[in-house]
Amino acid sequence: MLLVPVLRAQPDRSAPPGAGPPPALRLPPIQHYSLSSGTKVVLLERHSVPIVQINLLVRAGTSMDPAGKGGLASITAAMLTEGAGPRGALEFSDAVDYLGAQVAASAHLYTTTVALHMPLSKLDSGLVLLADLVRRPKFLASELARVRTERLTTILQMRDDPDILASLIFRRTLYGEHPYGAPSLGNAASLASMTVDDLRGFHGAYFIPANTTIIVVGDITGAEIMPKLESAFGEWNGNVVSPPPVPPVPQKREKTLVFVDKPGSAQSVITIGRIGAARLTDDYYAIVVMNALLGGPFTSRLNMNLREAHGYSYGASSEFDFLPLPGPFVATASVQTDVTDKALTEFVNELRGILKPVPDADLERVKNYLALGYPGEFQSVAQIASQLGELAIYGLPDDYFNGYIGRIRAVTQSDVERVARKYINTDDLVFIIVGDRKEIAERVTALNLAPAKFLSVEDVLGPAPVLEGGK
Amino acid sequence: MRRLSVLMVLACSLAVAGEPRISVSYSRFTLPNGLDVILHEDHTVPLVVVNLCYHVGSADEKPGRTGFAHLFEHIMFMGSKDVPVGKFDQWLEAAGGDNNANTTDDRTDYFEDVPSNALALPLFLESDRMGFLLDSMTEAKVNAQRDVVKNERRETYENVPYGLAPILIDENLYPPDHPYHWPTIGSMADLSAASYNDVVQFFRTYYVPGNASLVIAGDIDPVKARAAVEYWFSDVRSGAPVPIQPVPVAHLTSEKRVVHEDRVELPRLYMVWNTPAEFAPGDAELDLLASVLAGGKTSRLYKRLVYDLQIAQDVSAAQVPARLGSEFWIVVTARSGHTLTEIAHVVQEELSRIKNDPPSHRELERAVNQYEASFLDRLESIGTTANLLNTYVRLTGNPDYFNEDLSRYRALDPCDVQAIARSWLRDDARVVLSVVPNGKKELAVTNETH
Repeated sequence: MLLVPVLRAQPDRSAPPGAGPPPALRLPPIQHYSLSSGTKVVLLERHSVPIVQINLLVRAGTSMDPAGKGGLASITAAMLTEGAGPRGALEFSDAVDYLGAQVAASAHLYTTTVALHMPLSKLDSGLVLLADLVRRPKFLASELARVRTERLTTILQMRDDPDILASLIFRRTLYGEHPYGAPSLGNAASLASMTVDDLRGFHGAYFIPANTTIIVVGDITGAEIMPKLESAFGEWNGNVVSPPPVPPVPQKREKTLVFVDKPGSAQSVITIGRIGAARLTDDYYAIVVMNALLGGPFTSRLNMNLREAHGYSYGASSEFDFLPLPGPFVATASVQTDVTDKALTEFVNELRGILKPVPDADLERVKNYLALGYPGEFQSVAQIASQLGELAIYGLPDDYFNGYIGRIRAVTQSDVERVARKYINTDDLVFIIVGDRKEIAERVTALNLAPAKFLSVEDVLGPAPVLEGGK
Repeated sequence: MRRLSVLMVLACSLAVAGEPRISVSYSRFTLPNGLDVILHEDHTVPLVVVNLCYHVGSADEKPGRTGFAHLFEHIMFMGSKDVPVGKFDQWLEAAGGDNNANTTDDRTDYFEDVPSNALALPLFLESDRMGFLLDSMTEAKVNAQRDVVKNERRETYENVPYGLAPILIDENLYPPDHPYHWPTIGSMADLSAASYNDVVQFFRTYYVPGNASLVIAGDIDPVKARAAVEYWFSDVRSGAPVPIQPVPVAHLTSEKRVVHEDRVELPRLYMVWNTPAEFAPGDAELDLLASVLAGGKTSRLYKRLVYDLQIAQDVSAAQVPARLGSEFWIVVTARSGHTLTEIAHVVQEELSRIKNDPPSHRELERAVNQYEASFLDRLESIGTTANLLNTYVRLTGNPDYFNEDLSRYRALDPCDVQAIARSWLRDDARVVLSVVPNGKKELAVTNETH
């Protein structure tokens, strides 16, 4: 321990200073309540700053979009804030802004999150607006028309963005027609078919008390928040509807390379991956450690290779997207166009390399990074609410946070080897490259990574949506 | 030499009722070598943030060596006398820490966050590179980071839709000899020209303790933290005083129209003005004006362009602050089938409106309420708090400027917002950039809009 110096001594720079025992994760208790409507409430008090985060998690997501109505969950979420209760779209927005509040609703695969973030001092007014948007959205046809045009325009603009193109075609290639492969916004045809009846139907079916958990984090106690929530959501009704089951993910796996041509690109966006693991897999902690070694923090292998050793990229990384069913494993980087082939070779080298036994020092370092850095994941009310949301969605126990560090530490070298072999199989990878075909396609196909398909942007996104020239 | 006395300000309260007064506790001292040190205690999370700001940025570069301050920032991670290359990140990660850095026109920030038991490590690392970076510097290291930075430029500007807009704007908003004329990322040619000797000179000139301020914020014992700073920086020698640059004033004498073709589907309009510097009179007024013009669905520009007329996909406005002078931006993306001339016409009408009539009290209150809420949010994270403390000390000399900052906004009334628009958003002194799809120059702003 070198924190207390001798008078004016030269510092000892012969080795990095050690640290004392790491501080423990100190979280206030997680409190559970129920509203008279049946909605569960989860509260964690945080009194450092007078703000509050309230997240309503509604079990309604994009994986429940009916056939032909891709984008329904997403547009329903967006339309919640376009007029609710007694207020039209403009009035509602003005009311939220005037409070200094932020309100956002977004649909993910299984859950729509409606989030309210605001100073404590005006919470009562904020809750009135939140209750209106969740329980009494107007879903006006005129607003739907405007939001539809906005989304069609967003789809048009996706043609500009190589990262979005890569992500869309990656998911579609990996999952095919499975809901995990579908774009959350839908497409021009499905958006054109959307009516307010569709939205009302979706909302009516799924936005009900039994289907909802309310997460509260901030400068407020249970005794203070519960009466307010009861007032906003207590007399809320709705019959339980079972969502359509999501089919299992496809098992057929084949090596594929897809090249999307984007002429004039200064870089190629490379996305490589395969179907990974479900959130509740027994392999979870071992995968987290293995992925951190491969493509997590700065010193991870992909980053050190592609960025620091070779200078091909500003950064490379990998991640496992843990979902109720196995989500994708994906490794990505944007690399200078003229080294695309070399970068791909290095990617494959590292994906093969992670199968070999991991040196002890590397394993210790990455476990320390995850374990010792864990308390830092609980700083802001939004972060904490998101952590609590994960517990709610996956039915994880309250002591999950306290047990996390120990479970990371328990991962062994042979655990890492085992999950690397199980989940990183270079024989069935999907390679997506979005870049300048004329410049690099020949050298890339010469690598013989996989049977290659060449697509245009139009092949990925369909024809450009036809938009009226304004109102 | 007798130690400099400690300036202590106690009183850490975040009152909730009425008008909250925010004050952030800190202690401050200066080392014999000139390093300014601020300590802030916050035990909410068992974390410490070390934020070291060198008061040098791309504005200190010379034409021909643009991008150098940022390249230098990268080179700072390539090891120092007692830190072999690669170890900086490895040792921090092994301690459960994260780190990063950031260069702007005005300053270069280095920051680490670590669990509170590991404070000594970032102090060892920062002092070692502040004092002894050159001991292990080689040409190969400079070359390695050069390639990384070039890819950063490609990933952040060249391979991004509309990515080159900020570079084109600054080229036109400032004369060639103004230090904000060139982008912090630099040009590819200048990055290629940067040499090992440039690195040595830059380090000796600017990377001296007297040109830096260090903030340590979080789960600390201030007495032990102070002792640790004094220990680790005790062998870092003070350097020569940093040359003071003259402060040029950027002053357009006409409207400048620029057209740029890009791989984009929709045309986008940028209107940018020179405005008062960060924290100078007028800065807060312009911030609120940005909110009145484009903050939210009922803002002037959004409501007309996006909601009512539906000729725009998105609109934003911002006062972008900086030390020598700020910029006020209005950005509008047109919808399919609409031109930037159409868009500019509406923007012009709204600018005239706000210059002729002050906004309503409600519009102003709405903007102030939003600003106050965002202010509270910043105090949630010790990283952001540390950054604010350092920004305040660099630009105002007072680390606990929080209340003064907030007060500037609360003191304003609608006439102030009208007046600022009249003084600074002149039709005859601004940059108007049209970014259009390839081959579609006719979509650019072409007709007279005023």
